Amino acid sequence: MTGTLARVDQDFPALAQTIHGQYPLVYLDNAATTFKARPVIAALNRYYSQESANIHRGVHTLSQLATERYEAARATVQTFIGAEQVEDIIFTSGTTAAINMVAQGFVRKRLSPGDEILITEMEHHSNIVPWQMLREQTGAQLKVAPINDLGEVRLDAFAEMLSPRTKMVSIGYVSNALGTINPVKQMVALAHRIGAPVLVDAAQAVATIPVNVTDLDCDFLAFSGHKIFGPTGTGVLYGKQAILEQMDPVFGGGDMILSVTFEKTVYNHIPYRFEPGTPHIAGVIGLGAAIDYVTRIGMETIAAHDRKLARLAAERLSTIPGVRLIGEAADKTSIASFVLEHAHPHDIGTILDNHGVAIRAGHHCAQPVMQHFGVEATARASFSLYNTERDIDRLMEAVLKVKEVFV
Amino acid sequence: MNITDELYQQVILEHNRHPVHFHTLGDATHKAEGFNPLCGDRYWVYVRVDEKDLIDDVSFTGNGCAISKASLSIMTEAILGKSIEYTKDLFGRFHELVQGNSDDADELGELAVFGGVAKYPARVKCAALGWHTLMGALNRSQDSVCTE
Ligand SMILES: Cc1ncc(COP(=O)(O)O)c(C=O)c1O
Repeated sequence: MTGTLARVDQDFPALAQTIHGQYPLVYLDNAATTFKARPVIAALNRYYSQESANIHRGVHTLSQLATERYEAARATVQTFIGAEQVEDIIFTSGTTAAINMVAQGFVRKRLSPGDEILITEMEHHSNIVPWQMLREQTGAQLKVAPINDLGEVRLDAFAEMLSPRTKMVSIGYVSNALGTINPVKQMVALAHRIGAPVLVDAAQAVATIPVNVTDLDCDFLAFSGHKIFGPTGTGVLYGKQAILEQMDPVFGGGDMILSVTFEKTVYNHIPYRFEPGTPHIAGVIGLGAAIDYVTRIGMETIAAHDRKLARLAAERLSTIPGVRLIGEAADKTSIASFVLEHAHPHDIGTILDNHGVAIRAGHHCAQPVMQHFGVEATARASFSLYNTERDIDRLMEAVLKVKEVFV
Repeated sequence: MNITDELYQQVILEHNRHPVHFHTLGDATHKAEGFNPLCGDRYWVYVRVDEKDLIDDVSFTGNGCAISKASLSIMTEAILGKSIEYTKDLFGRFHELVQGNSDDADELGELAVFGGVAKYPARVKCAALGWHTLMGALNRSQDSVCTE
């Protein structure tokens, strides 16, 4: 079931722009957020202009329609990530919310002082800070598995750091700063050997590689809609049923209860228990449309494309004297992070923008990674299904302009 | 002039490459750290103020982008030997310049090269970081100035 990437640019209206009135936009900041596909925009539009109603609570036609579409999106996500049942899918406002929900609702009550949470050195801040908050709240320790100089997790060290004290393991699937694809399946198996549950931060993975929770055997998996051509403010927390049953809701409110009296409240079933209040209905329906869109193309096709562009960009950038690539993992995708002698990443970013090339410059919410490589920041080009080799030509031309300014 | 050259004027590139007063100051009477958490730019500004409230010596250390580093370098030149009062007033005028509200850019001397920054809202903080750090040092209100 593979489609083609020919003419996908037609599906993303935001691509058709010029920057500074003259340069056709080259968008290479997909790791920050992706552009929205036409079917996604159409779904949002349809919800807001016609099927605008609340869900799970109306007897009228529009409410039923909205509810159906919202629940259809849940089934779409289930199939997309290979979850066993539709109830394993919880809609959230994003990856960050999902990780915090697990930290506070599942992990917190299981921690005693001296217990340990294990992450890796290449995590995004949103997979660091929630655990640090938990450390403050419980007296547990945060352990960090180191990476090597290619930007790969040191599996030996990771295995060694797992102990009976390890109550939670939380690992990124694809690093947003380096593009490294972690051997998550292997890491889950190692963690399970000592009985530790594992959360996989798949924020960068879902749009770039096929993700299957049953194959990974992870206990939780989180991702954001906006990084897979869907709306901002949407996301997913997947959890195994047996695990979700042990998780407490962090927020209370409407829609997450079966009955409320002032004496006692009975929580609704999973997953509704974890979706209090009126959710981002339009956004969830849009996320469903986004996943249908990538499924039609095929994740294998997309994955091969992103991997090829990342490799090509790295090859070509490294021919420029003074360029140092940050993150050269054997298994990597979609990202080329680099620094350039005599030019700060911020200045690179500005000059590239002056030539219509949008990249990210900064620490990418992964300051520990920056520290590992001894830099404050990097310039990061990140690729997606609508990018082409021609975009890498433009990137190269613009980087050479930077060299002209900062000789 | 193209938009890149308008921002990265030769004076800025020169100060970035060879910043002046780029060292610590052992006998500073005031010092402060400035940090932009968004991009990781980090500097220390050292000032020695004499009994007449004149800036007797000034220096800086640290690292960041060309705009922030050149701004610190040119700032040290502009305030050396000047009074605190003059310096604070100059900061106000520099701030107007990088915000694009200045009508007396010519009177700002070398600082006027930062006029181009006004077109780059994302970079105004870079140009202002050193000045905020300097104000932090002079006011002794904070040890660390954060531009976020
Ligand atoms: C690896 C990774 N984890 C988590 C996040 C946080 O995602 P969000 O800001 O959508 O919650 C990001 C986004 O940059 C990411 O790249």
